[in-house]
Amino acid sequence: MSEPIIVCQDVHKWYGHFHALRGVSMEVQKGEVIVIFGPSGSGKSTFIRTINRLEEHQQGTIVVDGIELSHDVRNIAAIRREVGMVFQQFNLFPHLTVMQNITLGPIQVRKWDKKKAEQIAMELLTRVGIPEQAQKYPGQLSGGQQQRVAIARALAMQPKIMLFDEPTSALDPEMIKEVLDVMTELAKSGMTILAVTHEMGFARAVADRMVFFDAGNIIESGPPQQIFSNPQEERTKLFLSQILSH
Amino acid sequence: MTTSASSRSDVLPPPSERYTLLGWFRKNLFGSWLDALLTLIALAFAVAILVPTVRWATTSARWEVIPNNVELFMFGSYPRDQVWRLWLCLWLLALVTGMLWGVYVRRRSFMSLFLIALPVLGMLFTFASGVWVHYAAMIVAGLAGWALARWRPRLMSSVALVGTLLFFPLVILIIRGFSEESFLPGVATNLWGGLMLSLLISVVGIVFSFPFGVLLALGRQSNLPAVRTLSILYIEIIRGVPLITLLFMGQVMLNFFLPSGIVVDRVIRAMVAVVMFAAAYLAENVRGGLQAIPKGQYEAADAVGLSGFHKMTFIILPQALRAVIPVLVGQFIGLFKDTTLVALVGLLDLLGIARGVLANPAWIGTQLEVYLFLAFIYWIFSYAMSYASRRLEVALGVGER
Repeated sequence: MSEPIIVCQDVHKWYGHFHALRGVSMEVQKGEVIVIFGPSGSGKSTFIRTINRLEEHQQGTIVVDGIELSHDVRNIAAIRREVGMVFQQFNLFPHLTVMQNITLGPIQVRKWDKKKAEQIAMELLTRVGIPEQAQKYPGQLSGGQQQRVAIARALAMQPKIMLFDEPTSALDPEMIKEVLDVMTELAKSGMTILAVTHEMGFARAVADRMVFFDAGNIIESGPPQQIFSNPQEERTKLFLSQILSH
Repeated sequence: MTTSASSRSDVLPPPSERYTLLGWFRKNLFGSWLDALLTLIALAFAVAILVPTVRWATTSARWEVIPNNVELFMFGSYPRDQVWRLWLCLWLLALVTGMLWGVYVRRRSFMSLFLIALPVLGMLFTFASGVWVHYAAMIVAGLAGWALARWRPRLMSSVALVGTLLFFPLVILIIRGFSEESFLPGVATNLWGGLMLSLLISVVGIVFSFPFGVLLALGRQSNLPAVRTLSILYIEIIRGVPLITLLFMGQVMLNFFLPSGIVVDRVIRAMVAVVMFAAAYLAENVRGGLQAIPKGQYEAADAVGLSGFHKMTFIILPQALRAVIPVLVGQFIGLFKDTTLVALVGLLDLLGIARGVLANPAWIGTQLEVYLFLAFIYWIFSYAMSYASRRLEVALGVGER
């Protein structure tokens, strides 16, 4: 086995009195594709958002790519450079063109010159299938196209890890596939991926491991075939039967 | 299901509404008995007001009070042999505006509009002899700037930008001058007056309160308790005090606080008071814009790895400021009109000059004429700002994306 790129130990998080994460421990290997699922409010989004410090954890340790997340701003900045994130609501910058959305990070954070950044942005746009939209504004694109731009924006920083926070939940059904295709291609290219999603087809096809969250902790994890055909825990069974039956 | 022929026949043109003049009257003014009644009442009301007004304006009004004092109204007691310096500022304004026009607007039709607007603006400044030379010079300067910008757009866009930034300090230098025996002899600020002083105080207020107000708004949202507390204290204290109080404080009380021997110019004290006042209100308006930015924008900027400074300058402020353009321009219009308050602390702005003119025995009883003239001038500038803000909103696409 290769060395773990993310190590979480006993991670706790409270919102006021609400105990959102209750001692989550998890290791992620380089190149692993992990699908996190579970009922809403179970802490799965909160968990992946602690990995790039969009949420602060209050107990336990998180080490990403050998750097420990602490209050040290330099550590946070270093980790954010290596971790790309895709949001449920896309969160593209509406006042910038697609091209500017993608190149802003590389130019300002990676300090690349504009020409190099734009060249790489075009390659990424071609990879996600919308090179012709480079000069448009996000508001002029469909939801699926916006989410693909968001993926390109995250990839432009050349991250080692990609986090997906319910990337298809805000999309019309016909657009889900175009986003999942891009994610599948990314997974097969060897990227380390943590995805919170309920797209079970995607999980079955590309996940190395599935992690079931409930009530702020990991209930069960394992390879997809085991989770789908032989879940160990009653709660996993119940949840899967509910989302797979409709 | 649908063939192209049938789908084509499904697409109908929108119903057209065409009226004759008479038809329009019948529909909009005399649609029902009540409408007709209201129309007639309104008409009678308008006639009752307009007829005496027009009769007064054309027969008994003593409009000569305006042209006879126009230099006072425009620049107060500024030395008459130095007035060319004010014109120089207007030429420069024309040149810079022409350049900006050439760089950013490009359209020729707008340029001609500008050339018509310029002499109208100039006409406000003086009716004295020889002004046509200056109008001509302004038009030439404007055209030259526009032509330069069209000739070398790349180079001139940076020149125009530097020109815009330098324009205001340069204007102050030209108006203020240096020592007595230099090329530009100094003109003390107590000689500044009229529309010139009103415009200077307003422009200083707008230009300086803007960055100050944005910083205060950011300070109020800061995570650092000291910065946040100070910002809140400043904003709430200033907002709790009327502008006139600040002006009086500046004029009367400032001297008690400063060490003896240091004298701050009265005009500058008024300017500082206006800037301080405007900044506090501007900060609250900008804060409104900041709070309208969805949390996701902050998170996306963080996730991309932008630093706090980059996040603000590239992501948050551009969106926040664009959202509050109408409010900010509204505030600037209010600020422009609020500068009349400096007349109450003895500065001779447009209103101060008007009060001086009305105190002159030769012009007793011309209040109506003088104040109508003032109202007209304030309306022109306020409307121009409002129009410019609407153009700016369209250009920046507020609400479009």
